[in-house]
Amino acid sequence: MECVFGLVGDGFAIVAADTSAVHSILVHKNNEDKIMVLDSHKLIAASGEPGDRVQFTEYVQKNVSLYQFRNGIPLTTAAAANFTRGELATALRKNPYSVNILMAGYDKEAGASLYYIDYIATLHKVDKGAFGYGSYFSLSTMDRHYRSDMSVEEAIELVDKCILEIRSRLVIAPPNFVIKIVDKDGAREHAWRQSVQDVTTASL
Amino acid sequence: AETLQIVVSSSPVPSHANDKESYLWRSHTGGFGTTLESRGSCKRNQGIENQKKSERKVSSAVSNMSRRYDSRTTIFSPEGRLYQVEYAMEAIGNAGSAIGILAKDGVVLIGEKKVTSKLLQTSTSAEKMYKIDDHVACAVAGIMSDANILINTARVQAQRYTFMYQEPMPVEQLVQSLCDTKQGYTQFGGLRPFGVSFLFAGWDKNHGFQLYMSDPSGNYGGWKAAAVGANNQAAQSILKQDYKDDASREEVVELALKVLSKTMDSTSLTSEKLELAEVFLTPSGSVQYHVHSPESLTKLLVKHGVTQPAAETS
Repeated sequence: MECVFGLVGDGFAIVAADTSAVHSILVHKNNEDKIMVLDSHKLIAASGEPGDRVQFTEYVQKNVSLYQFRNGIPLTTAAAANFTRGELATALRKNPYSVNILMAGYDKEAGASLYYIDYIATLHKVDKGAFGYGSYFSLSTMDRHYRSDMSVEEAIELVDKCILEIRSRLVIAPPNFVIKIVDKDGAREHAWRQSVQDVTTASL
Repeated sequence: AETLQIVVSSSPVPSHANDKESYLWRSHTGGFGTTLESRGSCKRNQGIENQKKSERKVSSAVSNMSRRYDSRTTIFSPEGRLYQVEYAMEAIGNAGSAIGILAKDGVVLIGEKKVTSKLLQTSTSAEKMYKIDDHVACAVAGIMSDANILINTARVQAQRYTFMYQEPMPVEQLVQSLCDTKQGYTQFGGLRPFGVSFLFAGWDKNHGFQLYMSDPSGNYGGWKAAAVGANNQAAQSILKQDYKDDASREEVVELALKVLSKTMDSTSLTSEKLELAEVFLTPSGSVQYHVHSPESLTKLLVKHGVTQPAAETS
């Protein structure tokens, strides 16, 4: 089951997602990046139906780019989150997308922010959020250890605690995770946490 | 010897199948006409022409050509003009003027009311100034019924943006969106353009206070000071001389009243003939659109000494 979670720290927001692409009992790959860089200062961590996930996040990304080209200014994180929610809401009663999203962004005026957007177009601005079976463990762990204005090191420690909890307690736990961060300097990949790597025949 | 002149051109062959197009023959004056002139009629016409020359108006050559090209709004004339758009701007040139000026701490819009009857219910109807959204207002010059349609369109576009993004629509985007609508009426649909020019005044967090002017063609520009409607060129030239950057709202109101008093046709300036509105920020940071009451206007007119008829200008 796909695990996505994230939290807001002091001037930054961090999101982590598992990287396994699964189809019934088969693991297609375990380095699938589910955190899309929306623009220079925004990230979307998405989980759900693989086709919908890619289709919808790319659709949002291209619309965000179009806005910037047309108007010369980027969307704020709040505006992008509301736009995304609006698209899910419009499609909901016709042809719904099965995608859950955590949108993290940094704006000069608003600072770092995290938005929880689920597949039926719920929108919440949150300090910490999670999706999937892993959320049972990561939310509880974050509730226990989270403080507002954590430093990057403290936040990474908390993320690692969550990953450890998921790995030890979830029956089909994803082996690998990717962690991405967004702050005033932009959105970027921060680290991977891998317990299984793709093995090629040459190395056997 | 007689010569036969063959003119080679890239324009399509005229035919009666295409509406009002007809064969054009070169006339003796060098222009084109729908009748072939023989030498006899040529000489006869020449005599009449010389007689009429003194009475002929300068624009007749233009109007002869334009009559073929202005029946449909969405085609160019041979000189590359869109006559319907130009006629729309003519209509606005006869309407009550409106002036907008940017101040350091706000935008001032002033308009000349053409409908001044004691019977008019001034408290419920506005003639020149309209609020589009909480942070954008506009002044109007031209055909009022056309203006109402566009104002409603602008209001819907602003709300649609806020519905999608949960933020106020940036002023330039609103103006651009409305102008895209206006442009459509100059290119397809076979409908005439809107006979309205707008002055948009607003505030957003990207560019602060802004003033935009748009016309029936769908063109728009950002201005520090602009005028539309009757005598707008005179107003614009006075503004060019007297406008100062970073003036306060009070100074800008004074400038607006002075310019309007000089360019208005009527002999005296009273509060019934004017509408004055300001867009500014309250101390708490929210955008305020305030239309002056007649009493407040009268006080301002007296304060700046513009109630007397403009006796000093000849």
